[in-house]
Parts: sequence; C-alpha cells; structure tokens
Amino acid sequence: MTRRYGLKDVISHFFINNAVPIIFIVFIAFAIPISGFSGPYLTQQLVIRVSRDSFLVLSLVLPIMAGMGINFGMVLGAMSGQIAIILVLNWGVQGVGGLFLAMAVATPMAVLLGWFSGLILNKAKGREMVTSMMLGFFISGIYQLIVLYFMGKLIPIHNPVLVLSRGYGIRNALSLLTMRMSLDNLIPLKIAGISIPVATYVIIGLLCLFIWWFGKTKLGHDMRAVGQDMGVSEDSGIKVERTRILAIILSTVLACYGQIIYLQNIGTLNTYNGADQTATFAAAALLIGGASVVKASIPNVFIGVVLFHLMFLVSPMAGKNLMGSAMIGEYFRVFVSYGVIALALALYAWKRLKERERARRSLRGTKES
Amino acid sequence: MTQQQPLLKMQGITKEYFGNRVLTDVSLDLNRGEVLGLVGENGAGKSTLMNILFGMSVIVQTGGYAGKVFIDGKEVSFQNPFDALKAGIGMVHQEFSLIPGFTATENILLNGEILHDNIVTKLFGPRLKTLDLPEMRAIAEKSIELLGVEISPDTLVAEMPVGHRQFTELAREIHRPEMKVLVLDEPTAVLTESEAEVLLTSLRRLAATGIAIIFITHRLQEILDICDRIVILRDGQVVKEIATHDTDIGQVAELMVGRSVDTKAIATATYDTQQETVLAVEHLWVDMPGETVRDVSFEVHKGEIFGIGGLAGQGKLGIPNGIMGLCPAGGTVILHGKPIHLEDPAAALAASMAFVSEDRRGVGLLMEEPLDWNIAFTAMQVQNKFLRPLLGGLIKWRDDRAIRKVTREYIEALEIKCTGVEQPAQELSGGNQQKVCLAKAFGVEPNLLFVSEPTRGIDVGAKALVLKALRRYNSENGTTIVMVSSELEELRSICDRIAIIDEGRVAGILSPAATAKEFGMLMIGKLKNTDDKVVSHA
Repeated sequence: MTRRYGLKDVISHFFINNAVPIIFIVFIAFAIPISGFSGPYLTQQLVIRVSRDSFLVLSLVLPIMAGMGINFGMVLGAMSGQIAIILVLNWGVQGVGGLFLAMAVATPMAVLLGWFSGLILNKAKGREMVTSMMLGFFISGIYQLIVLYFMGKLIPIHNPVLVLSRGYGIRNALSLLTMRMSLDNLIPLKIAGISIPVATYVIIGLLCLFIWWFGKTKLGHDMRAVGQDMGVSEDSGIKVERTRILAIILSTVLACYGQIIYLQNIGTLNTYNGADQTATFAAAALLIGGASVVKASIPNVFIGVVLFHLMFLVSPMAGKNLMGSAMIGEYFRVFVSYGVIALALALYAWKRLKERERARRSLRGTKES
Repeated sequence: MTQQQPLLKMQGITKEYFGNRVLTDVSLDLNRGEVLGLVGENGAGKSTLMNILFGMSVIVQTGGYAGKVFIDGKEVSFQNPFDALKAGIGMVHQEFSLIPGFTATENILLNGEILHDNIVTKLFGPRLKTLDLPEMRAIAEKSIELLGVEISPDTLVAEMPVGHRQFTELAREIHRPEMKVLVLDEPTAVLTESEAEVLLTSLRRLAATGIAIIFITHRLQEILDICDRIVILRDGQVVKEIATHDTDIGQVAELMVGRSVDTKAIATATYDTQQETVLAVEHLWVDMPGETVRDVSFEVHKGEIFGIGGLAGQGKLGIPNGIMGLCPAGGTVILHGKPIHLEDPAAALAASMAFVSEDRRGVGLLMEEPLDWNIAFTAMQVQNKFLRPLLGGLIKWRDDRAIRKVTREYIEALEIKCTGVEQPAQELSGGNQQKVCLAKAFGVEPNLLFVSEPTRGIDVGAKALVLKALRRYNSENGTTIVMVSSELEELRSICDRIAIIDEGRVAGILSPAATAKEFGMLMIGKLKNTDDKVVSHA
C-alpha cells in the first residue's frame, strides 16, 4: 500500500479508519483525571464489566462477518435467555447448575428464533440492520405476552415469589440471589486486591477460540465469502441463504448465553425491559472498538467494551466535578450509545465513498479540478 | 489433429429472444489445444452463443435454444453453469467475479477448498470441516505457475493491480484438472499493453497443455497474434470462418463491421468547416463506471452534427455525461469561449447546453408525470420559463396554459403518438418517449444539444422519425448537435463528422463517407496515436 500511496495519504487513511476509537480515547484521557477515580477502583470495575458484557458483544461478530451488519435481532436470544432463567428460578435449581440448565433450556428457543430471524433477513437483503431491529420490537411484544399472561396460566409457575399478586404474570423485577455471581465466583482469585471472575473469563476465552477456529472451517470461510459478495458466492455454488441463516442462528444462541452470563453478574432480572437495550449497548461497544458494520474482529470487541465502560464510569464523576451534577454523566450513557451508532453508520457511508474514490483514482486524469 | 474428433462441436445453434432472432444456424468446431478467436460487433451474438455453451439461466428461462452441442462426441445440454463446469468448460468474464477481501489462494479455490475432518464434523456435518490452507496454497501456486506469472498466493485481491486479478480468475478456472475448454470474454479490456502481452503468452502456454480456448476480444491484433482460427459473427450469423494465416486485420475488420452501406442514406454535409468553434474539449477525463473517458480532445463547429461512436464500454457515453456534470470529470471544456464548470449540472444547463440522456427512464423522464410537465420541466427549473410572478414576484406560479400550448406544438411537430398532454410518460412507447425527451431538450432552446443513444431500444420506423427530427431541428434552428451512438450506420446517416472512441481516447475523426474498413480499424484500436493523420481526412 505504501508504495502506491503517499505517507500523508496513509496517515490520513489510518485516522479515517480509526476515527471512532481515537475520539473516545481522547475523551477518556481528559475525563479520567477530572473524575478523580483511583487506579485500583477503575481496574476492579473494568474487570467486572468486561466479564459481564464481552460475551454479548462477541455474539455480534459472526453476522457482521456474513455481511449482515449488526444483528439487532440478538435481543431475540436475550429474551429466550430470560424466559429460561424465569423457568429455572421456578424449578428452584440453584447456583452454576441453574445457569447451565437455563442455557440448555434456552438453546432450542434461541435456535428457533434465530432461524425465523434468518428467514426474514433473507427477504430483506441489504436492509438487515433496520429489519432485525424491528423484528426485535415485534418479538418483544410476544415475549411480554408470554411473560405477562401465559406464565402462571398456560405455563405453570409454582413459586409465588415470581408471580404477580393477581395470580398470573411475572413480577417486574426478580432477584437472582440463588444464582448471583455463581459463575464469577466459581474459581475465586484475587490479585493485588482485585477479584477476578476466572470462570467467566475462561468461558469468554473459549468463545474467542471458537470464533477463531470457526473462521477456519468451511462454514466460517463461506460466511466471509457471502459477506463480501453474495453474487460471486452464489455463482461458485455456495448456498448463500442457508449460510446467512446459520450465521443469525449462531448469533442468537450466543446472545442468549451472553444474556444469562450478564444476568448472573447483575443479580436481578428486569423482567419487562431487561433485554430492550441489550443490542443497542452491545452494538455501541463494538463500534467504539473500531468495528464497522462490515468488519469486526475480536480485538474490536475488547477495546470497545473497555472504552465504553470506562466512559460510563468516569463521565458521571467528571460531570459532577466539572458541572456540579452527576446527572450529566447519566444522560451521557444513552446519548452516547445512540450517538455512536448513528456516527458509526454515517462514518461508514462516508468512508465507503472515500474508498471508492481512492480505488478509482487511477482511472482519473492528472489535473484535478 | 487432422482426423481427430473435435473436442467441442456446436451445430446449427439458433436462438430467439421473444421472437427476436439473435443467432441463426451457428456452427463451430474446436480441437484440443486450439485457440479460436470469436469476433463481432456488440449485439452480433457472441455473448448469447457463450451463454448457451455455459448453460446460463437466461437461456433456459427464455425457452432454450435449437441446435446441438457436443463435447468429445457426446451430446450435452447444460441446464446451469455448474453442469458446464463439471463437463470441463470454464469461463473468465469481463467483469471480475472475485471476492475482494480474499487472498489469491482463497479465490482460486473458492468453494473448492481442501478440507479436513475434525472431531465436530461427525456431529455437525461436513460444513464444519477445517480448511487445509497450506495444501490450498500449493495448488494455487501450481496453477499460477502454469500461467507463467508471478503472483503471491497470499495477496488480497483488493490490493492487486487489475492485471493480477485477471490472472487470478484464469488460475481459478485452470486449477481444475477436468478443465477442457476455456472461454475468455474480453480478457484484455482492462489490461495495460504489457499485461495483455503476458496474458497472451500464458494463453499460448495453456493451449500447449491441450486446453482449447475460445477468445473473444475487440482487439483484432491480439486475435491475429494468438488464434489458430477466427470465426466472425455478424447479426447472429457466422459470416466467415478463416485460418489466421490466411487473413489480415483489414479483412477481419471489414467483415465484422461491414454491412453494405446505402450511400444515398449518407447525408450530404451541410455545414461549413470555416464556421467558428462552438465547443472545445481538451484533455477531458470522466469517471463514469463502465464508460471511463481517459483523455479526449475535440472541437465542434457551429451548426454541425458531430457524431461520437465506438464499441460499448470504450467511453463514448462518458463524454456527454462528463460535460453535462453528471459524473466526476476533469479537463477543460470551453463553450463559446467561456470555460464550463464541470461536475455541476446546473452550470452546464445554465450555459445553454441540453442533454438527451441514454438513460431515458432514469434521467430522461419523470415517468409518472404527464407529458406537459415532462416537456416543460427543465425549461421551468433552469430558465424560469412558464412561470408567472405573483405578489410582485414573491411567489412564482406555474403557467399551465402556456405549458400545454407548447406541449401541443411539440406533439404535433414531432408526431408524438399520445392521448393528450395529460398522459403519463410511462404509457408511451419507447420511440414516443424518446421524442418527449427530445421535446424537453428542445424546450430550453439550447445552443448545444447532446443526444446520447437516441434510438436505443426503439423500433426501426421510430428510429427514422427520431433521426429526422434531430436533422430538422439542426437545419431549422442552426443548433449544434453532438450525437453519441453505438450504431455506426445511424451516425453515418446524419452526422457531419464522426469521432471514434477507443479505450477512453479519440482513435480518430472521420467523414461519414469513409469506408466501413476505416471505421472498423479505428474501433478495434488499430490506428492508435495517429489521430493527426486521420483528422485531416475529415
């Protein structure tokens, strides 16, 4: 590349490509000293939050690889995870066993929903992201119907703690005390006063390994091919639609596990809108990490989760110390997530235009007007 | 290879698209290790013939074909390209079908990867087999080596120069051991001269290994350089099959282009070479996808009809689109001594140029709007015509009566067949739509009118009417017209001078009275860098 383009061009290319993470790093570099947080405190918080969120964010990588953009339909997986958690609470299974049982129960649901989502997205090629987002809202309605009316009526719920006083429907907030941190604390480890949820990190590590290995399988390879050019892939005999459906199923199932891991860390289930923001926050984290809607890697996931949470941690305090109000930081939370997604999408469109011009530059005359 | 059974035999191939016959009784033979050149103008039937050979779905969907195809003496009829691939027929298309983010290796073995079993395969099926990248790399390397070029198998296609992409495509076709017949459709169109030479050398090497090659190109010199035999198609028929050493470029060019021209149809030039220059174009480049203009200079005199011809994809369409500001462009364009600001359609229109686009449905017409709106639209937007000021000019009101009056005049003058001024443009036939486009352009009373492919997709009778309308407008109003067309005969029948564009450059400017051979030679890029000599001819 350096041979064909000048140094200035290469540098500006680097900044254009990494504009989002650079903006956030600069912002955080200013905000950390103003917030006055200590190093160990920030580290402990980060260690917990990265373990909590990474799995969810990782579930977005495969559909991007398959050219389907950010799978906002991952909330379908999150919802199946929540239904499974409610059922497991009802059955009274506790601890890590409960978690794994929830995963087992949720898997068929997530596979079914992922398959359904994949079918719909195949009908909406080129508009996958907005379609998957709308699909999320639609399935959210069905989820609420199940949880609010069917549970306790059609689906027997014996545990009175879970059910609303009227006799059916699940309470607004459920305590997951029996499962709380059960995975995080499975292998206790403390280094320099910072406790590390080893088991959770092992699972996240295994998932990273899986994604890396998956890229070397025929299916993963096909996904990359389909993601770059459906026409060429189809012409060479790859089953494009089936490959895309498989990508969405995998993403939905991973999101479901991710939500279960997330809930065991938080310790409470916000029954009715716990899953609403899952996709938005995960997408924002991934994009902050330098991913785009066509390219995402495992480093993007971790850089993104770290930057995203650092910003959440320091901006309320920085806001308070600077303007005398912590609210400004809270307000940042939502504002930044949506803003980042909008910015990343706009930047991506602009970048693609620049790339295309760059690619065609050789076809143009020497005298630029 | 004299008495040997031909490797590929196509016999009496006839094909119709919706009653329109595009191939008539075409037969050809191809032997092992032979390179066959297939030449013909756009629309001569080359692509259709190859689509039949390759089992493309467009053929099956339009009712198949008549005639027989034999491979190694066995009759075959491919229902899809994968059948053809299995039978050993490979094709390298004009457009690349490569995955940009994949390496050369990954592209060469796309969906033909070398796979290994692993533990999960048993559980979840063969798609979870792992790729054997070293083995794949070795195969790709061997295939590239066979071509005699140096490409690293690990380079991403996106980072390759165009020539290497072409070789990657070739390597993909030939890595299959069953490959017998290789079809190359304009493989050198995107290559530089030295790259093209390397490609030709590779093809010769391939042929020496026993692969038969069908080579399609408009660069006749290349055909003469590497082909054993040449088949010339014109209007869906084989006009001549000839051994390369028995012919020369002039003969092939003539056979390819030359219908016998009715000399009476050629307009007697009415314009005067002494007239002032209206439009001067210098070193124009236009970045129009598929029609790139690289470096074009020409002058148009007052009152003339200046024709621009050439084969598809050579850049002739890019010229009006660039000058009118519809595509990124650079260079100098001077109209009546004043430079035109490029990349700004409003400036081009304000300078009193008008453009009848080749994209009638997209750019030319407001399909769902009535005729009067269509005809008045540009004049209203650009020149504030048909507008009545109200409240001292605070609001401008559309003058519908004036619009209708003008529309009726044009309907009559151009013989537009319609139910009235209120009819939506989409309900008209192609020829009448084209006339509406002309009326729209005439409506702004331009000094200079660009007309691009005015007769594309309309029937013969309507063609004559459209050309007549142009001719009349030119002689009655003295409007200078620049007409771009793929149909040489059409240009010759109405233009005063004709420029032929080849590979984004002016190959030469001829008088319409020049012979078919002369035009043919320019179109196939034979007379490069000799513009000066040719211009003097006009």
